[in-house]
Amino acid sequence: MDVVINGERKQITSGATLLDLLTELELDPRAVVVEHNRKIVRRPALGDVTVTEGDAIELVHFVGGG
Amino acid sequence: MTTAVETIRDEPLTIGGRTFQSRLMVGTGKYPDMDTMVRAIEASGAEVVTVAVRRVNLDRTKESSVLHFLDPKHFFLLANTAGCYTAADSIRYARLAREAGFNDFVKLEVIGDEETLLPDVQGLLEAAKVLVQEGFKVLAYTNEDLVTALRLEDAGCAAVMPLASPIGSGLGLLNPFSVRTIKRRLHVPVIVDAGVGTASDACVTMEQGVDGILMNTAIAAAQDPVAMAHAMRLATISGRAAYLAGRMPRREVAVPSSPTKGMLD
Repeated sequence: MDVVINGERKQITSGATLLDLLTELELDPRAVVVEHNRKIVRRPALGDVTVTEGDAIELVHFVGGG
Repeated sequence: MTTAVETIRDEPLTIGGRTFQSRLMVGTGKYPDMDTMVRAIEASGAEVVTVAVRRVNLDRTKESSVLHFLDPKHFFLLANTAGCYTAADSIRYARLAREAGFNDFVKLEVIGDEETLLPDVQGLLEAAKVLVQEGFKVLAYTNEDLVTALRLEDAGCAAVMPLASPIGSGLGLLNPFSVRTIKRRLHVPVIVDAGVGTASDACVTMEQGVDGILMNTAIAAAQDPVAMAHAMRLATISGRAAYLAGRMPRREVAVPSSPTKGMLD
C-alpha cells in the first residue's frame, strides 16, 4: 500500500506498524520523532499504531542549525 | 594563577531553572564539516548548543543527525524553530523537538520576511503564549523592540533574545541603546542572538550588560572556525568582565593622564 513519508510516496507492507516502518527504513526509534497524520506518536506507542493507505508520516531528527 | 575572570564576581547564568557557566551559546549549522564543528564548539566553551528540526534523509540515514557528533550528555541541546513562518508551524516544530526527549526548552523563531529573516513579532507572541501554556521554556528570538520584549516576558518566556543584526549578516550590534534598554527593563535573561561577525562585536554586545550571546555563522563561516570560536570565547568573557568592572565616563575633551604639576620651566 502507498503512504507518504517525509513528502515522498512510498510502498510499504500492508498492516505494518510505525515501529515496523522504522525497522524497514533502518532507523533507530530512539533517534527519530514520528508524526503520524499530523499527530506526534510517542516512542512507546510506535508498535501500537498501524499504518493505513494514504497516511502522511513525518520522520524528523536534529540537524545542525543556529 | 589568577585570571581576569577570577578577579571579578559574577553569577552563573540561569534560564528557566537551568544554570550555565558559559554565557556564550553556539549554533551547529553551516560548518565546512562535522569534525570542525565539534572542535569549534569545544573551543568556544559553550554549554548550550542550538539544533534544528528537519526531516530524516531517507536515502542517507546513517550519519545525518548532529547527535552522531555531539554528545547530548555534554551539551545542552536547544532546539530552534528556524525556517518557520507562522505561529502554527513553529508550535509544530517545538512539539516535535520536545519529543526528542532532551529538554523542554525551545528557541522560538517565527520569521516574517525572507530577505531579512526578521521576526514576525505578532506570530511570535501568539506561539510563545501557546508554548508557555504547554510547559515549554521559551527563549524567544525577537527584534530589538522594547515593547515586544516586555510582551514576551509577560507571556511567560524564560528568556528574550533580541538580535544584534539580521541572522547571518555579521553586521554586529546595530542598536546598542535598544538592547541596553531591553536589558534594563526585563527581569528574565536577555540573550543577544544573531548578527555578530567577529570577536569585537561579541565583546561590545556583552559590554551592554546582557546575560549572554548566541552565534553561529560568525564562527562557522570564519576562515578558521576553531580559532574564531576561541576568540569568541575570550571576547564574551572580556565583554562581560568589562561590563561588571564598569567603564569610565565618556568625555568630549581630553584629560591628561600624567601630572600637570612638576613640569620644567
